[in-house]
Amino acid sequence: MHTDLNILQIDHLKTYFHLNENKIAKAVDGVSLSIKQGETLALVGESGSGKSMTALSILKLINPPGKIVEGAIYLNGENLVSKTDKEMESIRGNEIAMVFQEPMTALNPVFTIGNQLVEMIRRHKKVSKKQAKERAIELLKIVGIPRPDEIMHEYPYQLSGGMRQRVMIAIAISCEPQLLIADEPTTALDVTIQGQILDLLMEMKKKFDMSILLITHDLGVVAKYADEVAVMYGGQVVEKSSTKQLMNSPKHPYTVGLMSSLPSIKNPKKRLATIEGTIPPAYDFPSGCRFSTRCPKVMDRCINESPNLYPLKDHHDIRCFLYEKGVDNDDE
Amino acid sequence: MTMNDIAKIDSKEKTLPPLIQIKNVKKYFPIRKGLLKKTVGHVKAVDDISFDIYKGETLGIVGESGSGKSTLGRVILKLSPATDGEIYYKDENLTHLTNKEMRQYRQDIQMIFQDPFSSLNPKMNVYELLEEPLLIQTSFIKSERQKKVSAMIEKVGLRKSDLHKYPHEFSGGQRQRISIARALILEPKFVVCDESVSALDVSIQGQVLNLMKDLQEELQLTYMFISHDLSVVHHMSDRVAVMYLGQIMEIANNESIYNDPLHPYTKALLSSIPTGPDETEMQEVRLKGDIPSPANPPKGCPLSTRCPFAFDRCTKEVPKLRKIKDDQQVACHLYDKN
Repeated sequence: MHTDLNILQIDHLKTYFHLNENKIAKAVDGVSLSIKQGETLALVGESGSGKSMTALSILKLINPPGKIVEGAIYLNGENLVSKTDKEMESIRGNEIAMVFQEPMTALNPVFTIGNQLVEMIRRHKKVSKKQAKERAIELLKIVGIPRPDEIMHEYPYQLSGGMRQRVMIAIAISCEPQLLIADEPTTALDVTIQGQILDLLMEMKKKFDMSILLITHDLGVVAKYADEVAVMYGGQVVEKSSTKQLMNSPKHPYTVGLMSSLPSIKNPKKRLATIEGTIPPAYDFPSGCRFSTRCPKVMDRCINESPNLYPLKDHHDIRCFLYEKGVDNDDE
Repeated sequence: MTMNDIAKIDSKEKTLPPLIQIKNVKKYFPIRKGLLKKTVGHVKAVDDISFDIYKGETLGIVGESGSGKSTLGRVILKLSPATDGEIYYKDENLTHLTNKEMRQYRQDIQMIFQDPFSSLNPKMNVYELLEEPLLIQTSFIKSERQKKVSAMIEKVGLRKSDLHKYPHEFSGGQRQRISIARALILEPKFVVCDESVSALDVSIQGQVLNLMKDLQEELQLTYMFISHDLSVVHHMSDRVAVMYLGQIMEIANNESIYNDPLHPYTKALLSSIPTGPDETEMQEVRLKGDIPSPANPPKGCPLSTRCPFAFDRCTKEVPKLRKIKDDQQVACHLYDKN
């Protein structure tokens, strides 16, 4: 059920990597997001946009030289940034769980599937080994694994990519977390398997009343599965709105460029529109608007000044001077 | 696609003899076991595939991992010998040529690989990378080679000043441009592109696809475009072959594959592209379960274990590729009236 309660609220988060004396990679630079209960928020962006770093910051899995330098992350009103490592350990897996892109590297190759599930359950819940085992088999059944009793004794390498991802999801939901972070959960999978896994994630969301932060580069996946969407570029959120609104009328020049550079089967075109140039590295962002070096609508002002996120109607926020007045002054 | 384009494709085909002909090509990899490495079975990576590719067209090959699409590309280029079958370039039978005899054809047949990070030698600068094929294949003198290299680097959208840089100094998209330049510097006629944009970000992928299309027109190239991405294949191809477990399930012109797919597998692939909730979708076909291991494929139709329409015959008999309409061939018992 959708309520107005924010499960997760991120305020002005900055995660920087101090590479050396005068080189700082601003991987996440002032990101604010919120996810309501039962909602799926998609975080979209290309590589280097900071979407995965935002997710790892939520779990506080940033290793030196990286550091959360500013901002707050509230989970049910409690600020995670000020939690100790020990406190975080019980939050990870229990209240927030994560599904990674590559299930082969995320699972431990030398332990059986059963072992890994039981370990997870017993770490967070006071149950006997036998109870944990029963629960593990039940979880495997829930995520649609055939012959769960036998799979318990098998090793990750014996399973296909799709099966491994199902196991990852079983582990993630084992403690019924409130928030599931899925970082490119289907990128390593084949297309016919991709749909199965995303459908399963949505089914689990309903069943356990979770919220999902879905990190992806695939706008098709966003359109089908997300309620809200935030587009990231250069460590910042450049556009934020409901999925429907974003898909129907993208506003930020980057979002527009991204959407028109995708080949579409429904509306084929002879040439793809492209965004000129390449994504700048996180230690060498242009001053002013981060997108100014590639933007087709760049103005003098964009080079020196950084735009804020300007609200348009219906919670549609855009980080672009073109929308500073809060009105849609698009030419069309 | 406009009606004009469709007419263009139709006229492009069949007026000329095919540039490449593949006849019943098979590639089996032996599975060896035990101390004596006895062959206990075969992985049928490519299993009896035939098609023609015409001059100037792009044949797209789509399939999931393990479908044999990359192996097929390697076999056509003779980077890996075919177990059986024949490969013709123009009217020349390439199948039984030795590596030495093959060399004269290498100029005409080139490949662009997936990963621009591992396909470029990190110890060579861009100039050396582009000059190398000329040194091996041609007898151009130094000044001629320099001219060719400078012209090529600009053609792919990089600068002459980039020639002295090394691969690590470039981004993924730029590296793929270098790979393209390296493949095209010998002015090939036929280029196999194996997942050539899969490693790139969306905004960069568009640039490279546009470049490949421009160069195709300018240099009159014929492409075999291998990819798992249906939208990219749709954008690039005139005709498309859909592969599954080493076999062609359906081959047809671009329009028919995407607007009127016949094979359940093609339908399943198309319905697995996520689209928005508001968009109308064609008949949705979802496949059950996983792709079987190519070492142990199902008896009968390769899709029979996952196909929602499978019936008795499918588990017993392998369907043959049959012509259903002009330019549309399907391997499925559903379309066999007997």
